Amino acid sequence: MMRVLPGFRSSLTLALMYLTAMVVVPLVACVATVSSLTFQEFWAAVWTPRARSAYALTFGASFASAAITSGLGILLAWVLVRYEFPFKRVLDALVDLPFALPTAVAGLVYSSLYVENGWLGRFLVPLDIHLAYSRSAIVLVLVFIGLPFSVRTVQPVLESFDVETEEAAHSLGATRWQTFWRVILPALIPATITGFALSLARGLGEYGSVVFVSNNRPFETEIAPQLIVQRLQEFHYREAASIAVVLLAASFTLLLVINLLERWSKRYEA
Amino acid sequence: MSISVRNLSKRFGNFLALDDVSVEVGEGELLALLGPSGSGKTTLLRVIAGLESADSGSVLYDDRDMTRRSARERNVGFCFQHYALFRHMNVFENIAFGLRVRKHKGQVVNDRVNELLRLVRLENLAKRYPAQLSGGQRQRVALARALAIQPRVLLLDEPFGALDAKVRQELRQWLRRLHDEIHMTSVFVTHDQEEAFEVADRVVVMNQGKIEQAGTPADVFERPANPFVMDFLGNVNVFHGRVQNGKAHAGGLEVDYPAYSADVSRPATVYVRPHELEIDEVPLGRTSLEAQVVRTNPTGSAVKVALVAVEFGIELQVELSFQRYAELRLATGDTVYVSPRKATVFVPEGAALDYAI
Repeated sequence: MMRVLPGFRSSLTLALMYLTAMVVVPLVACVATVSSLTFQEFWAAVWTPRARSAYALTFGASFASAAITSGLGILLAWVLVRYEFPFKRVLDALVDLPFALPTAVAGLVYSSLYVENGWLGRFLVPLDIHLAYSRSAIVLVLVFIGLPFSVRTVQPVLESFDVETEEAAHSLGATRWQTFWRVILPALIPATITGFALSLARGLGEYGSVVFVSNNRPFETEIAPQLIVQRLQEFHYREAASIAVVLLAASFTLLLVINLLERWSKRYEA
Repeated sequence: MSISVRNLSKRFGNFLALDDVSVEVGEGELLALLGPSGSGKTTLLRVIAGLESADSGSVLYDDRDMTRRSARERNVGFCFQHYALFRHMNVFENIAFGLRVRKHKGQVVNDRVNELLRLVRLENLAKRYPAQLSGGQRQRVALARALAIQPRVLLLDEPFGALDAKVRQELRQWLRRLHDEIHMTSVFVTHDQEEAFEVADRVVVMNQGKIEQAGTPADVFERPANPFVMDFLGNVNVFHGRVQNGKAHAGGLEVDYPAYSADVSRPATVYVRPHELEIDEVPLGRTSLEAQVVRTNPTGSAVKVALVAVEFGIELQVELSFQRYAELRLATGDTVYVSPRKATVFVPEGAALDYAI
């Protein structure tokens, strides 16, 4: 095929240079630091019980929050696309706020709200609901941070959803619920998976907000990025880099799998 | 099942989409709603289906009032203009949808879908997704899906609108044959008069939310009720003139019009279809117009000749047989004489009559 616009070479060169400078070099540096360790040293650094518990928390909390975000995202996108109500534009703009807000601020606000004498905490803590300095607190703040990803991926798909398709389901005898469940929801799945992957990735890398809502207790509320910072403060640079490499490899594999899943979910597109 | 539409009106904001429309569709009839865009034909179809509710009037199936029933309860087969297939389902599942939501047994669904796949000749494509089909195939899937629920009526919105000319032609004939096989009361919407005339038993011509004329294709074509229908049913040459003493005059043309015998002259319009005009090399009496040949186009089933009438300065369209064209040996710039074999005269607020000359 003949492309109309020129510039393939120059744009590819620029893209590759960017990727090299911004992504590849730091990654290589990270791996290089680690490679001076023997395998035993590496293993001892990355596979301690404390590290394993931190990985589990990081991945577990990110997964949980991405799952919650996906459900909430569909709901919010639905409300924003399907209904007209006062201040809809304002709500629409609010969805993006977590993108702009420094995440540390989010963490501080959340923790001060949910601590024992916070605005919400004073009602929740007596009910034994601890949404500050706990694992649930981490999930909560990750939901806040990941929500725009899932709303903004699902929203355009819902917007472009053909009214005729719904009418077709209706005229064929489907109830509203059947129409939603069998016709609309399946159409949203690829976008939902994309949104899930984005907010999962965001959750895996999140640090700023989590350190404020979690009290960073080893084996309990310490996430892997926090452990890396801990190692750095102890001047154990190579151990810190080792944990980072494990985190990176796991995240990359996970995202790759999700990508394949997304592609599979779009198999019906020509 | 028959359909009666009584005094339907529907307004979208300031736009009157249906203005007191009444139509009867007989049992087993194939009816075409024909009109330009914005004439209300699609709105009428959607109200019949229950996808749209009218502001006033009623819709009856046989003698049961369905006006307040939803599309779901009406059990109609509706084919959408852009097919509206479920993209994430393969052909089989698309057709099966109506049966699945009605909780039919798996074996029943299988048998029925396979039967329909045979009917629309798509047995080999059952596993394909809509995105992998051609336009004509998608239309057939949409039709099979609509038929799967064993509807009492079949409603089609511009069924061939988005297809190319050849596929369109094939599907048209196929739909007609299908209708002759299953005899289901059917209504389809089209803006293409040729399509309406070729496929339908009866044609309803609509304009600006009103019905202009209803009748068999031959009826409507031979005896258009008014200038709109005349104009809409394809190419026509229009001459503005006057009527007086039982004759209509438009420049050098004179056409008998006994319906108006008064001595007072009134404005009138004379319509002549391209195939009703004759071309001669010499003037034959009073009813011919002098014209110059502008273009000839011998590419269809007849030769199309474009001329400019010297007196009116307007362009005329004439269709000649190839034989006549060869006799005349027309060339661009030739001066010839054009006369009508047949003409239709409309006097504003007066009845239309045809006169052979």
